[in-house]
Amino acid sequence: MIIKPTLRDRPGAWALSDYPEGTYWEAGYLTQKNAGWRSERPVIDKEKCTGCLQCYLYCPDGTIDSDLNIDCDFCKGCGICAKICRVSAIRMEGETR
Amino acid sequence: MSREFLSGNEAFAFGVRLARPQVISAYPITPQTIVVERLAEMVEDGSLTAEFVHVESEHSALSCAMGASAVGARTFTATSSQGLLYMAECLNYVSGGRHPVVMMNANRSIALPWNIYGDQRDSLALLESGWIQAYAQDAQEALDMALLAYRVAEDPRVSTPFMANLDGFHLTHTYEVVEVPEQAEADAFLPRFETENKMSESVPKNLAFTAGPDHNTAFLYKQHEAMRRAADVIAESEGEFAEIFGRGYTGLVETLHTEDADTILVTLGSAAALAGEVCGKLRAAGEKTGLLRIRYMRPFPAAEIVRAVAGAKVVAVLEKDISFGFEGVVFTNINSALKQAGADVRTVNYVGGFGGRFISESDIARIYREAYREAGAAAKDGQRVRFIGATA
Repeated sequence: MIIKPTLRDRPGAWALSDYPEGTYWEAGYLTQKNAGWRSERPVIDKEKCTGCLQCYLYCPDGTIDSDLNIDCDFCKGCGICAKICRVSAIRMEGETR
Repeated sequence: MSREFLSGNEAFAFGVRLARPQVISAYPITPQTIVVERLAEMVEDGSLTAEFVHVESEHSALSCAMGASAVGARTFTATSSQGLLYMAECLNYVSGGRHPVVMMNANRSIALPWNIYGDQRDSLALLESGWIQAYAQDAQEALDMALLAYRVAEDPRVSTPFMANLDGFHLTHTYEVVEVPEQAEADAFLPRFETENKMSESVPKNLAFTAGPDHNTAFLYKQHEAMRRAADVIAESEGEFAEIFGRGYTGLVETLHTEDADTILVTLGSAAALAGEVCGKLRAAGEKTGLLRIRYMRPFPAAEIVRAVAGAKVVAVLEKDISFGFEGVVFTNINSALKQAGADVRTVNYVGGFGGRFISESDIARIYREAYREAGAAAKDGQRVRFIGATA
């Protein structure tokens, strides 16, 4: 199971005293979505999918869960899931917005 | 306390052992090799309990020390010359991450022309790397600097790595009688290393992270302020050092006869010992000479230098580095300090000792007298800097 950090609001203004002395902070303090450079998104064909979960295991950002939901707030569109899928159930679709 | 006959490298190794580092990672390079060898022997014979990590390069040596510091270990590394340049990338990682690694650098020339002997072009090229930079004059100061380095670097007000510089061969390989403190005294002076800036299972943290345009400046500002605070922490630590060990130091600079001097020589490292002798002889002959030894280049002793030299007729800066086509970087720093303080004193720059070239008594006497003759004159065009040993 993936334990995902939750997205938290960033305080509006940071005072110098809010910063640590050094580059350390509470682990998993996510302040921003991070998927802006994606040009293609993976789409899973549930009919073809055999449930082998290779895509879940190989996703470098942990954006595919074991129920095969894809978190598009953090998917970078790298396409590793589509490459690793042995039944070609994942295709990369262009972001057309 | 015991008395030992030690070289600068060995004295520093004795100081490091007294500081009880938990991880040592270093790669041997002349003229630093002996400090690494002695520490390896101390780990081997059980007189120092530490992980001694054999690394394949200087880049790895400092990366390893940073990693160990990031789990809360007291760490040590040492290098010189090309090795220091090779780990340049890591220097900023360590200082920006605010990991208080202590490193000894044996000051050595930089290739090309390739040369193993001493000058200070290596460390001064990395003045802007965010490390505290100290320059020892003799082996006793080297040993004591090892202990002071950990105390200052690890102080939570500072949390900044410390580079202790020893002139290659002139200091690293010269033997002196050195007082070696007892372990109990060292333990009383140097508390255990405690930091929040480390990996922890109970309080998981992100370490060594990214900070984008919104947040980047804040980290640099805090790093800058910490370096400024280091000056006070150095003074405070030296005060306690004197109480425990009975040996005192004078903070960021050390002065000799500057109070009423007309001509003040400013230098750093082992050359200051000879300069002090020359200064004394010229004094005895009736010349009003003085000497200021810079002990710390970062934090830079701007106020201390202004206070000591502003009343002189001329200040000669002698250093073992050159910013090609311009001047020595120590000279640049001193001129900035004087200008900002509104001090109107003539300054002249001498660079020398390159590739281990001997700086003689007569060289230093000549600098004192030449500078004094030019006290009232404006700087001549094309004479921003004078090379000792390169007369046409």
